[in-house]
Amino acid sequence: MRYLVSVIDDKSNPGSTDRQPAISAFNERLIAEGHWVFAGGLADTDAATVVDNRGEQVVFSDGPFVESKEYLAGVWVWEAPDLDVALKLAAEASKICDRKIEVRPFL
Amino acid sequence: MNAADVREAVTRAHHEEWARVVASLTRRFGDLDLAEEAAAEAFATAVERWPADGVPPNPGAWLTTTANRKAIDRIRRESKRDGKHREAQIVFDDDPPEPVGAIDDDRLRLIFTCCHPALAMETRVALTLRMVGGLTVPEIARAFLARETAMERRITRAKAKIKAARVPYRVPSAEDLPARVSGVLAVLYLVFNEGYLATGPGTDPVRRDLPAEAIRLTRLIRALLPDDGEVAGLLALMLLTEARRPARVSAGGELVALAEQDRGAWDTGLIAEGHRLVRERLAAAAAGAAPGRYQILAAINAVHTSARDMRDTDWSQILALYDRLVRLDPSPIIALNRAIAVAELDGPQVAMAAVDRLEDELAGYHAYHATRADLLRRLGRGHESRAAYDKAIDLAGNTAETAYLTRRRDQLG
Repeated sequence: MRYLVSVIDDKSNPGSTDRQPAISAFNERLIAEGHWVFAGGLADTDAATVVDNRGEQVVFSDGPFVESKEYLAGVWVWEAPDLDVALKLAAEASKICDRKIEVRPFL
Repeated sequence: MNAADVREAVTRAHHEEWARVVASLTRRFGDLDLAEEAAAEAFATAVERWPADGVPPNPGAWLTTTANRKAIDRIRRESKRDGKHREAQIVFDDDPPEPVGAIDDDRLRLIFTCCHPALAMETRVALTLRMVGGLTVPEIARAFLARETAMERRITRAKAKIKAARVPYRVPSAEDLPARVSGVLAVLYLVFNEGYLATGPGTDPVRRDLPAEAIRLTRLIRALLPDDGEVAGLLALMLLTEARRPARVSAGGELVALAEQDRGAWDTGLIAEGHRLVRERLAAAAAGAAPGRYQILAAINAVHTSARDMRDTDWSQILALYDRLVRLDPSPIIALNRAIAVAELDGPQVAMAAVDRLEDELAGYHAYHATRADLLRRLGRGHESRAAYDKAIDLAGNTAETAYLTRRRDQLG
């Protein structure tokens, strides 16, 4: 079972910025235990571009598809046998990243 | 066998076997939705067939077999409809029913799945009543004053989430068990309390169905986890609370305060059972097991139900128990209840000081104002007491409670 694990940051109350070493160590563990599929930190939402080509011509808009205080700061894709395993890892991830985590199953 | 006997047999089988059937089908097919529908169909078939064919010697096995067939029929139907034209992967299992131990484990799995922390509290309550309790969606909707369609949606969404996110169908590991059991108990206590002091205008002040259901489910958990002290504590707490129900609301629909209750109307059978459980936990505590909050609350209720009247109550014992409870759970509501015991022991003046300290946290809670009103009345501060009753009446949602508070206010003179 695969889960998208999103790291949520808050513009008005951002998490601490010194987490990278701990996150790297956590990633090593995810790999060793067979949970790691993919991971990546994301650039600021200002760097996003929304593309809409459902109409006559393609429209590019500057910025994220939704403006909000909370935003996606990074993602993991994890392999886990069930939600309990994923939630347990996510609880650790939240501590390590000092941010909220959303766990969402792939179809 | 006449029609009434058959009806009773179906009702009994529903009470005793519903959770077992849903649980064993969920394990076999890995699908709550399918298990629920097949179980419901099996019971409908029983209602149809038992009057003519007679009640089978082992209703549980009959229902499980029938539900299994219904589930397989549905899988075949759906795979045909989806155009996949494949036979259901699961072949029909003609084996005799599972030994009791394994099936009981299934029910425990079912309970932990329905009370999973990834589900919202209201969802856990609804799902537990449906899947484990066997209540119908309209019954659950009525109990919580929700619209049927909304309740149906809530349960459907929960089943979909359990499936999509793969909420596991198992008893949590030993390490997680205490926290997860306490989550299950919180669901059952909420069901019990909602029935015990139903909120909302126009509702029956005491709804019998929910407390009875909560007690039945807690008994089930107790049978499955006989060594868990908090399970025993919650069951005792429910029994000792339920025992007082006949005396709690007057014929005129007014709440009757503990001091004025006709103690002869209390249910002695439930009290004896509750006291047995409390004694069992006291023995465990003497042997070194630290009691949790339900056990302490049960002990407090055991003291109340041992007293012939209000004056005969061992208030120092009650206060000592509240002191332990405060250390475990420093919530302002516990502190408020502790203050009520202080009033009996040290007088309303001392209690008033303790209550006033809770204002910031409890200003929106009707019982805070009701307690103040009563203490102010005993202190002869009628004017302030009346204002406190007004606030309490404003905030109270239960019709019997409102009636009681209104009378007390109007008696101030």
